Amino acid sequence: MQRALTLHQTTIGKKVVMALSGLIIVGFVIGHFLGNLNLYRGQEALDDYAHLLQSLTPVLWGTRLLLLFAFGAHIVSAFSLWSRNMKARGSRYKKHQDMATDYAARTMYWSGPILLLFVVYHLLHFTILPEHPGEVYRNVVEGFQNPWIAGVYITGNIALGFHLFHGIFSAAQTLGANHPRYNAYRRDAAIAISAAITLGNLSFPISVLAGFVTL
Amino acid sequence: MQLRSNEPTGPIEHRWEKHKESSKLVAPANRRKHTVIVVGSGLAGGAAAASLGEMGYNVKCFCYQDSPRRAHSIAAQGGINAAKNYQNDGDSVYRLFYDTVKGGDFRSRESNVYRLAQLSVNIIDQAVAQGVPFAREYGGLLANRSFGGAQVSRTFYARGQTGQQLLLGAYQALCRQIEEGTVEMMPRTEMLDLIVHDGRARGIVTRCMKTGKISPHIADMVVLCTGGYGNVFYLSTNAKGCNCMAVWRAHRHGAAFANPCYTQIHPTCIPQSGSYQSKLTLMSESLRNDGRVWVPRKKEDVTKRPEDIPEEDRYYYLEERYPAFGNLVPRDVASRNALYVTSEGLGVGLEVDGERRGVYLDFSDAINRLGEETIRERYGNLFDMYERIAGDSPYKTPMRIYPATHYTMGGLWVDYNLQTTIPGLFSGGEANFSDHGANRLGASALMQGLADGYFVLPFTVGNYLGEVRTLPPLDENHADVTRAVRAVEERIHKLMNAPEPKHAPEYFHRKLGRIIWTKCGMSRNKEGLEEALREIPKLRDQFWREVKIVGSGAELNQTLERAGRVADFFELGELMCIDALQREESCGGHFREEYEENGEALRDDERFSHVSAWEWTGNPGEPRLHKEPLTFEYVKPSKRSYK
Amino acid sequence: MSEELLNLTLHVWRQDGPNDAGRFETHQANGISTHMSFLEMLDVVNEDLIERDKSPIAFDHDCREGICGSCGMVVNGVAHGPQKLTTVCQLHMRQFDDGHEVWLEPWRASGFPVVKDLVVDRSALDRIIQAGGYISIRTGSASEANEMPIAKAIADQAMDAAECIGCGACVAACPNASASLFTAAKISHLSLLPQGQAERQDRARTMVAQMDAEGFGGCTNHGECEAACPKGVSLQWIARMNRELVRSMVRSDSGTKSGRR
Repeated sequence: MQRALTLHQTTIGKKVVMALSGLIIVGFVIGHFLGNLNLYRGQEALDDYAHLLQSLTPVLWGTRLLLLFAFGAHIVSAFSLWSRNMKARGSRYKKHQDMATDYAARTMYWSGPILLLFVVYHLLHFTILPEHPGEVYRNVVEGFQNPWIAGVYITGNIALGFHLFHGIFSAAQTLGANHPRYNAYRRDAAIAISAAITLGNLSFPISVLAGFVTL
Repeated sequence: MQLRSNEPTGPIEHRWEKHKESSKLVAPANRRKHTVIVVGSGLAGGAAAASLGEMGYNVKCFCYQDSPRRAHSIAAQGGINAAKNYQNDGDSVYRLFYDTVKGGDFRSRESNVYRLAQLSVNIIDQAVAQGVPFAREYGGLLANRSFGGAQVSRTFYARGQTGQQLLLGAYQALCRQIEEGTVEMMPRTEMLDLIVHDGRARGIVTRCMKTGKISPHIADMVVLCTGGYGNVFYLSTNAKGCNCMAVWRAHRHGAAFANPCYTQIHPTCIPQSGSYQSKLTLMSESLRNDGRVWVPRKKEDVTKRPEDIPEEDRYYYLEERYPAFGNLVPRDVASRNALYVTSEGLGVGLEVDGERRGVYLDFSDAINRLGEETIRERYGNLFDMYERIAGDSPYKTPMRIYPATHYTMGGLWVDYNLQTTIPGLFSGGEANFSDHGANRLGASALMQGLADGYFVLPFTVGNYLGEVRTLPPLDENHADVTRAVRAVEERIHKLMNAPEPKHAPEYFHRKLGRIIWTKCGMSRNKEGLEEALREIPKLRDQFWREVKIVGSGAELNQTLERAGRVADFFELGELMCIDALQREESCGGHFREEYEENGEALRDDERFSHVSAWEWTGNPGEPRLHKEPLTFEYVKPSKRSYK
Repeated sequence: MSEELLNLTLHVWRQDGPNDAGRFETHQANGISTHMSFLEMLDVVNEDLIERDKSPIAFDHDCREGICGSCGMVVNGVAHGPQKLTTVCQLHMRQFDDGHEVWLEPWRASGFPVVKDLVVDRSALDRIIQAGGYISIRTGSASEANEMPIAKAIADQAMDAAECIGCGACVAACPNASASLFTAAKISHLSLLPQGQAERQDRARTMVAQMDAEGFGGCTNHGECEAACPKGVSLQWIARMNRELVRSMVRSDSGTKSGRR
């Protein structure tokens, strides 16, 4: 116990926590996305899938607890690093030019809080306070038919895309996986995973808005 | 003043052992009661401070840089010699000793040189154990190359950064001792004077470069490893901050200064590009292994692009004049020949002050023979560096090179123990005069710095402290200390308050450098030296009258730092010229035009087989000469010929 | 090789000491040869300032060959200026165009307090090395150098990591002012070599602890440090440092040096 505590006290330890908790969340996001593909199989399929999940109480609550823990660790470490890094930087340059970093990396501290708000909204919208309890398909389609709600989902998923890209790429580095021979693949893999999930997730509200998916 | 070399006698291979056996020791429990001041944190100073700390002495180490890791030893590129004979090409301690004495043109002390050659093997062991990443062969064993014309491969190297890696090894050892609390490190602190009490060196006066605070530091002894005085030339390959202040202050307190006129001019530096130039950059001598040196045969070709000059119009002057050694002749020969061809009007490159001071170093043959990849592997970082500075790619067009001051063989006179003529004041590395005679072999500077720092000083310092045991206590209020502090304060006051302030110190330094370079540089003559001796005092007076420093002494003031250093270069420069004038022969780095035979240096062993050690008399123009005769029992003086 | 003359406008950060707020001052640098180095251009400006009784710009420099690591300033928002793999002392004016405005700022980081103008205090980097960036070997006790062969590939990698000159550009360029690249380079250099194995675990822990204690930020994998590094020290060493630290935590023994701290 002493050892883990010591590790977490270092900046590197905090990053390891961010990477591991992040990977748990990435795993969930992938599963969540695959499950949501049931939307395209129709009302019955999606609702059945939802009911199946609801009926597996231990799995459901196990996952929820794990996610809660992962989110908690991710956010606490992020906040701790953020405040430390702000202090370390001190004054800013009058002129500054980025040489290597990218948009995704620079905006992690923005995409993160946006995602947190989006997750809260998403939980309220579909899980905690749904319009029609138990009718997942109907909630989704009616919700996305409202352009404002669809807009929230589209924004949230774009933030997710950027956050995932830098997160996956960065987690590998933090966990020590960096070898000049494989680094190009590492970047490609991060792009592929984050792009697939983002485009897939975006397809749901867009399909509803475009009228491909209806009640 | 008596010059006692304190060399042991007997067979040369046993002298160092014998000396160690008969020397005094300090018991481990007593070591922490002794405070040793080490000034300088390069290879010699850093290694000495770390080793002394490790032994248990209470060490205070000072450097002017912001970190001990930045001492100028870091800039050595080529490598370090050691008589390991890993290449099975017949090398041995004796051969390294022989080459060094001969390379020094028979102007060094045999016992010192033999010890240096013996210790060279221990240095490599020590450095490897510290994690210095020397180049290796595919079999995992250490790689070597032949360097600077040596006929065996005995040079160890770490890419083009051997000095850096060796210094980091010493720095890391020093860091370990700082952490252990045995060494107190004081960076950004400059030694401005020596404290002498009761005839012994007992401390130094420093200025904290951040706050301007002047403080005395009292100790049982002082070790100066403050490097060479090459910046007397203004333009040299030394770092901008390299200076002679510490050794010069010691000299003014009675430490004899030996052989100041022995300065080494390195043949392969990037030529000056304009009068604003602040320093010259060395390109490793290893480049001469694969590069061919030439200039155009016809004066009208000097402004042509080198590619447009046909083969028959190229004058490969080293290959033609020295068929046996060709482009690998020793440094002084290569340098002097570059001077001759350029003063004949055959120099190439940019015109500065009416002269083109540059010759070509051409790699096209080597690239054709070995391929660009091999050349890139060998010299890639040097070529990149050249391109950054000169703006041309040596893969496509020949490099332009010209000699520049690189190393000073002269320095504080020391005995076999590296003790100066002031008891308790020791000196190691380039700051002393000891091992290189009139000329230093390539890749031997790192070797000497580390031999002094790791192996000689830790031992001889113990011997001194073992002999004196307890010194009378000295506190900061003693007149000898307060006088030294006051002298420093007065000098700063004088510099800051010149009667007719006009110019920054660089203005005077450039002028001084120009005098020394033209009259006491690669090629010297009586007339020129006498002229220099008339000009220098005049310029010095002008300096003290017109030097201008803005700001105050109680803050970081880089102009004040430079002014103090330039002031000492004036006096040292004068001594150099006096020494060069007095030495009526040509040997090693000292070439007198009157003493030559068919362009080759003419040594005069009858009259000058001695070390010239100069004593300060209070008047910089009239130092007193003492001679330490040199005897050669093992290597009989022969004429150096590279024809 | 052709020479041109440039006229530049410099906006230089001037600060009297660590507690001074600091401000920009504008100076003209006229007739600057394209062959000058950047620091020679500043020398010319300074000599002119002195002649006009104005305080010259303080900046650190020494070898001017790109190896000692003394120099360093942010030129137009880039540590060591626009040329890749080049310290500011090796930057030459041919990289600039006539009429350019040039902004000069010191390394800015809480771990590097400003001493004066463009001079900062980088002693924190020394303290990181003091915390464990060495192999403990007593002078004279080393064994024969060729007793332990080291594969060329490993020796070359160690040399890659060892090239760091300690200039601090990585800290200056990092959005988080992290000293990870500096610390990682030394940890990697020593952990790659067989000689460095005995202290390997301790070293990672004590050096990382010191790096954090100096108030540097954490690495968030932007890669700015690698891009700014004049020696091209690679980000892969940070990954290796992370591995070394986790490994040392997992394999920790009691009674080690870091245990005593």
